[in-house]
Amino acid sequence: MGLPADYKYTKEHEWVKIDGDSATIGITDHAQESLGDIVFVELPKVGAEVAAHKSFGTVESVKAVSDIYAPISGTVTAVNDELTGAPEKINADAHGSWMIKIKVKDKGEANSLMSAADYEKYVAEEK
Amino acid sequence: MEAGKEFGIVPCGLGARNTLRLESKMALYGHEISDTINVWEADLGRYAKMDKGDFTGRGALEQAKADGIKRALVGLEMVERGIGRDGYKIVDDLGHQIGEITSGSPAPFLKKNIALAYVPPEMSAVDTIVNVEIRGQKVKAKVVPTPFYKKPKKPVASA
Repeated sequence: MGLPADYKYTKEHEWVKIDGDSATIGITDHAQESLGDIVFVELPKVGAEVAAHKSFGTVESVKAVSDIYAPISGTVTAVNDELTGAPEKINADAHGSWMIKIKVKDKGEANSLMSAADYEKYVAEEK
Repeated sequence: MEAGKEFGIVPCGLGARNTLRLESKMALYGHEISDTINVWEADLGRYAKMDKGDFTGRGALEQAKADGIKRALVGLEMVERGIGRDGYKIVDDLGHQIGEITSGSPAPFLKKNIALAYVPPEMSAVDTIVNVEIRGQKVKAKVVPTPFYKKPKKPVASA
């Protein structure tokens, strides 16, 4: 699956789309593929603070529990509740299944994230 | 794989094997059974032939039976959202640990989140509600009959 070029990526396999001072966050297709069938998602509530590189939620496959890390810091403004009822959507379309939207605290944090090309290289090296 | 092609075989990993044995309530060493859990607690008394003369550990088993069990192995089904997994604590309403999940997993075939757990004997009756501690939160589960799944082969005279 092609990586959207307008997203930024983390080493923990999250993606973030930054739009002004708003950011939309999800996990990558590579992440969903590594996890296998996703059966459970736990996301924060609107108003919660998330911090860069800190866990803000969890995804569970049949076999394992994985933390989801925030690519950048901010305050949660929206949560995709649809996913908690239908977590398999993440498997079907990881790059289209956003998890949370946040109001970005410090845009500078995004500078340390990977571009689509960098992430593609990173995943290839990890394998 | 080539040799079994005509039978439609597919690769199967440890995870699939684990959900399969969990649905059938088959004990796994280090989980439902260990050197600190006796057969009465594990509900495996049928394998200890107490009427067949002496064997190593017979005395200890007799004593354990006379003393009564301190914990009982039960099947759980998550009632609230959450997946109880191996090692998660069973806690009372105040959050004190009273038991532990020995094996827990989503059961893809049953479409339920199931677990085997040790709980105090007084909480082992079917339909008893217990709290599973998942990442610091209390999530409700209920005691259900086991095995979780039985192959519908022939009518069973008595359950």
